[in-house]
Amino acid sequence: MADLTKKHEPFVRVAKRTQVSTKKSVLLQISAFVLAIIAGGLFILLLGENPLEAYKHIIEGAFVGSVRNPLSSVQATVVRFIPLLIASLALVPAFKMKFWNIGAEGQIIMGGVFSTYFALFHSDWPHAILLIVMILAGAVGGAFWALIPTIFKIKFNTNETLFTLMLNYIALYIVRYLEAGPWQRTKGYASIGSIDDNARLPEVFGVHIGWIIALVLMVLMFFYISKTKQGYEISVVGESQPTARYAGMSVGKIVLRTMIISGAIAGLAGALQVAGIDHTLSGGIAGGVGFTAIVVAWLGKLNPFYIAGISFLFSILAKGSSTMQTQLGLSASVADVVQGIILFCVIAFEFFINYKLIFKKKEG
Amino acid sequence: MKALRKILAIVMALALVFSLAACSGNSNDDETTTAAPVGTTPIAKDAIKVGVLHITSIKDTSGYTFAHHQGIVAMKNALGLRDDQVIEKDEIPDSDAPAVKAALDELVNAGCNIIFGTSFNYMDPMDEYAKKYPDVIFSHGTGYKSNDVNFNNYFGRIYQARYLSGIAAGMKAKEINNPNLGYVAAMDVTNSEVTGGINAFALGVQSVYPEAVVKVSVTGSWADEKAEATASKALVDAGCGVLAQHCDSSVPQTTAADNKIFGCGYNSDMTAQAPTAHICAPIWHWDVYYTTAVKEVIDGKWTPTNYFGGLNEGFIDVSPINEAVAAKGTKEAVEAAKAKIMSGELVVFAKGMTKADGTVVDHDLTDAEITGEINYYIKGVELLK
Repeated sequence: MADLTKKHEPFVRVAKRTQVSTKKSVLLQISAFVLAIIAGGLFILLLGENPLEAYKHIIEGAFVGSVRNPLSSVQATVVRFIPLLIASLALVPAFKMKFWNIGAEGQIIMGGVFSTYFALFHSDWPHAILLIVMILAGAVGGAFWALIPTIFKIKFNTNETLFTLMLNYIALYIVRYLEAGPWQRTKGYASIGSIDDNARLPEVFGVHIGWIIALVLMVLMFFYISKTKQGYEISVVGESQPTARYAGMSVGKIVLRTMIISGAIAGLAGALQVAGIDHTLSGGIAGGVGFTAIVVAWLGKLNPFYIAGISFLFSILAKGSSTMQTQLGLSASVADVVQGIILFCVIAFEFFINYKLIFKKKEG
Repeated sequence: MKALRKILAIVMALALVFSLAACSGNSNDDETTTAAPVGTTPIAKDAIKVGVLHITSIKDTSGYTFAHHQGIVAMKNALGLRDDQVIEKDEIPDSDAPAVKAALDELVNAGCNIIFGTSFNYMDPMDEYAKKYPDVIFSHGTGYKSNDVNFNNYFGRIYQARYLSGIAAGMKAKEINNPNLGYVAAMDVTNSEVTGGINAFALGVQSVYPEAVVKVSVTGSWADEKAEATASKALVDAGCGVLAQHCDSSVPQTTAADNKIFGCGYNSDMTAQAPTAHICAPIWHWDVYYTTAVKEVIDGKWTPTNYFGGLNEGFIDVSPINEAVAAKGTKEAVEAAKAKIMSGELVVFAKGMTKADGTVVDHDLTDAEITGEINYYIKGVELLK
């Protein structure tokens, strides 16, 4: 028998690392980051630009403000940070439960749609009430959008990954429909137009107050996941549904509840985008944040504080690479490619943190 | 139920934070300045900075953004500005409000004195930013909003050139003895800019080929090459012999070439893209406006007035007639009509024009009507079914 297995042993095989020392894990993560920077730099070099200069532009673009407003770049970075952090937090309970919610993008959009309704048709309400209603409506919209695939999952055991993914596109086309149809502002132009000043969020330190909400959510989510009974139930369901059932938990109920929370938080991000920065509803409301959030949540190991850090790094990269692209006069897609390369390297290295390659030992 | 209570608790906590912040939030928007109106203080030529927002790539080789970019480059050369004095943000979809605002932020913070936005839906963000940054000039093409401080609007009488291209198209249609012409339209009949353009084109066609019919296929987007290809193909299948267009790319012209029919492009001379099909295109000389506007800012003579130039200002024109394709005598006919329009002898949207529903327009259209109220096709224009 032993002989047989040896014969069929492939040249390389992949094995899960049983235990990774923290030191080794950190070391691997640092080398992933360095490698990512080098790979991004190679691409920039291929375009005939100096990578060091490019990275300088990225950092400057994310932090160094203008004479007019020394905080301008930091503020713009934070504006990108808010929806990314909130959307990533939204995925934490779902992923913890191993419910693959790939639909944060659509849930953000539907949150935006629901809150825009109040901004457009009830802009005469008192400021604070209108804003609170808009934010709640956003949460309801996101929860509603998350509920659809969840109910199908519970009732018919449909594949939630595909279902949530497809709903993203439906949400986007609902916006397109509203733009060109019932909510069209000017005939002949597909646009909803600006919402009333009354429906816009106030700013603190030059950024809409969404950043405070995001940070509060981060703390709340940490406690919810690690300190509450519900958070524990989520982990149990995620680890093993039979165990959860055996322990007397109502799995369906827990899944439903968790996805409502997940969708509501993503929807909240949409409402904050509408009221805080976009001041309209457009197809760009989520702008891929719902997808980036998947990566962020994963890299952050579903820990809200790690996630916040990683969200911030991504925001720096997003804001900075846009500036870099303009400064160097490169094509607009270069910024996306550089981001993509860096992301790819980081994720690829994630693999080596969790798995190891075992090469076939030489005979004898 | 317990879950619900917990969610409610989270929501309440949020609401509390939110209302606290709302109370203390409005502290940083009180910039009261008593400076001279923006644009009235001269700026040294080597200190001025110009920002531009484009909808597609400045590396395009034809079409809308290409034409604007050419205009910006010509302005830069004419005024002798350095490369780093002109910042062009391209590929900013105008249906993506956050992307537009992020780009505007970048331009404002890069120190731009004047920012041009070339696509319609940049209008609201530019309006908002004009209020936020009263010392920066915002100049928006194709829209209708402006203010009397630092936000103006620029557009042109492109319908004059469309009429002229209609003459060229009509003569070709007559030559090949096919009364069906096609028109790829970005927006539907409710859009005055597009519909006015179609009508002007049809009037030009009918002036040389009265029984001709212009069939319209709508894409629903200013820049969507796939939709433009579908619409072009549908018009070809409907038997059209000449394709005109109001959309950003040269796809209708290359489709015409592929199907061995003819066409009139838009925005830039598309003869290079479709040498066997393209006759001539209504084109913009955006540099005429860009150079004027930036020069005014340098000289401190800028005023928040809207710009609506035409053939007379050299702001619009038809591209050179492609003699290899055009019907005999096209150049002479177009030149003659152009002279008449420039002298005022020929009015494009004149009294007596018959709408598709049979009613007759009883006055020459005013500029306000031309820019905002042409929401009907004229007789001889029909939507492709």
